[in-house]
Amino acid sequence: MRDTFIVAIKAILVNKVRSLLTMLGVIIGVGSVVLLTSIGTGLQAYVEEQFAALGTNTLYIVPGTPFSEGGGFGGQASVIEGTKPVLKKQYLREILRNNREVINDGLVMAVAINKAKYQNTEQKVSLLGTTSNFENIYSTKTNKGEWFSKIDNEKKSAVVVLGPTVAEEFFGNIDPIGKKIKIGSKSYRVVGVTEKKGGGFGGPSFDSYVYIPLETMYDDLDVQFIDNLTLKANEEVDIKVAIKAVEETLLKELDEDEFTVVDQTQILETITGILGMFTIGLGGISAISLVVGGIGIMNIMLVSVTERTREIGLRKALGATPNTILTQFLIEAALLSLIGGLIGLIIAYLGSLALQPYFPAKVTMNAVLMAFGVSTAVGLFFGAAPAKKAASLSPIEALRYE
Amino acid sequence: MLLKINKVSKHYKIGDNIIKALNNVDLNIEEGEFIAVMGPSGSGKSTFLQVVSMLAQPSSGQITLKGKDVTEYNEIERSKLRNQEIGFIFQQFNLLPRTSALDNVALPLLYAKVNIKEREKRSKEMLEKVGLGDRLNNTPAQLSGGQQQRVAIARALVNNPSIIFADEPAGNLDSKSGEEIKKILTKLNKEGKTIIMVTHEPDDASIAKRLVIFKDGEIVNDSKIKGQKQIEKNNKEVEDKN
Repeated sequence: MRDTFIVAIKAILVNKVRSLLTMLGVIIGVGSVVLLTSIGTGLQAYVEEQFAALGTNTLYIVPGTPFSEGGGFGGQASVIEGTKPVLKKQYLREILRNNREVINDGLVMAVAINKAKYQNTEQKVSLLGTTSNFENIYSTKTNKGEWFSKIDNEKKSAVVVLGPTVAEEFFGNIDPIGKKIKIGSKSYRVVGVTEKKGGGFGGPSFDSYVYIPLETMYDDLDVQFIDNLTLKANEEVDIKVAIKAVEETLLKELDEDEFTVVDQTQILETITGILGMFTIGLGGISAISLVVGGIGIMNIMLVSVTERTREIGLRKALGATPNTILTQFLIEAALLSLIGGLIGLIIAYLGSLALQPYFPAKVTMNAVLMAFGVSTAVGLFFGAAPAKKAASLSPIEALRYE
Repeated sequence: MLLKINKVSKHYKIGDNIIKALNNVDLNIEEGEFIAVMGPSGSGKSTFLQVVSMLAQPSSGQITLKGKDVTEYNEIERSKLRNQEIGFIFQQFNLLPRTSALDNVALPLLYAKVNIKEREKRSKEMLEKVGLGDRLNNTPAQLSGGQQQRVAIARALVNNPSIIFADEPAGNLDSKSGEEIKKILTKLNKEGKTIIMVTHEPDDASIAKRLVIFKDGEIVNDSKIKGQKQIEKNNKEVEDKN
């Protein structure tokens, strides 16, 4: 077996250029399958990471039904529902009052966009109106200064907390704490800057928000709309039970299709489901090139068998059994394919490294194993016909072949 | 008795015609013999070579090698038998291109599952024996025709076979290289090797000790060789019988 291996390797090396061209199909096939799936899985891992940072016992109440039954996002109806101002502040109070055993805390979140100005810097910012417990529920600590307080909210104080990106944009190297930033027509004192978090699903990154007390926002900026209610469920309670309890409370006020209570896993499942399909789709498309690569190998191996008819005849005359010849050609095809797969893998790995700064591409062990497995299988499968042809040659006919 | 050929026939069917390439051939070959097989083209001498060298199976008859009936051997058994007992020298040399002389000679040992160290040692010895000890790593393209045929002879000898079959061994060579090859074959026979050589050159045949002439698939002459003149005479007699 070891010797047959060496014979096959020598046959590949004797025709270097042809061997490389033969491998090209598999190189491209494996390379694209691995690279594209690495993009898909990298994206999935990235999303999961972002969600994990938020904790698993967080519930969101959003208007409309953005997550339809069959997974995936809802249709037109849900979009319309989502724009209706159905959520009200008092619902949060009712939920907290009626479900003390299951819900620990909750906040209201409203988002608006407005112009902000500090000295010469003027640009639009996303305002996130909320209460001081945002710090705990979204575990967003301040890096400098402090969060606005409960009293700030009740008193409608003109204070803001900046996300690090906004702070950088407006203040650069200057310490923003205590500085006044103009939003709309009023000035607000910066009391804190949050630490870098990244993420922020379905909107800007949490780092680029300007956080403002909810009551201040309602008063100053003419905002009525509530984007969502975020609830922190009791860690010891099953999240499904918590959802049920919250839904029951809300159904006293709202219709079934006017709101949705979702938890992290539902959102996560929907997104990873989509990304999974995306990955499979990409992999499937590139797998076609792998099949084409396999046909290329079969083609060249058939030519090679014809070309080497005399050699095969000679080997048989000198004592090679049909099985030895079969094995030799099978190993040759599998090796061609495997080496092609290896080169494709290296190219895909380098490609994913090149993508890293822009995209969370990730070559997984599964992709590597699959690349090896599939390319060997392709070689064996498409090498079988030529190898069989070689093995069945009669030594006399083969020796006479010109 | 080394090789006993008993009423061996080989028939080919082409369309509705049956071609009797070999017809009830009997021949006994003792160890150490050097036989020249001659005959006009189509006489069956090539088929004879294929059948007795285990490349082809006879249609009928019996072949006994070293007392063993090998007639009904299957393909795998015949592969092994060729590997162990038979050495081939072809008119076209049939060396593997782009492969060193050493690796070419080692080929039968590879299929005999001899380990690599032993393979190299024995192949080197054989190449030295045919005078190519300094050409171990040359590929066929880097060797002259005569040298290539000597590599082929080394390959035929390397697994120490009982019989060497040579098909026009000097047929593709200039006269000087041809003479060298004939010298080597004569020497091998003197050392006790059994050689069966197909040729149409009386000059080449004269190095053998026994002459077998084929015609129409049958042996029509089986005589001791006394010289080139006698070979020419015997061949002429066969032709004149028509």
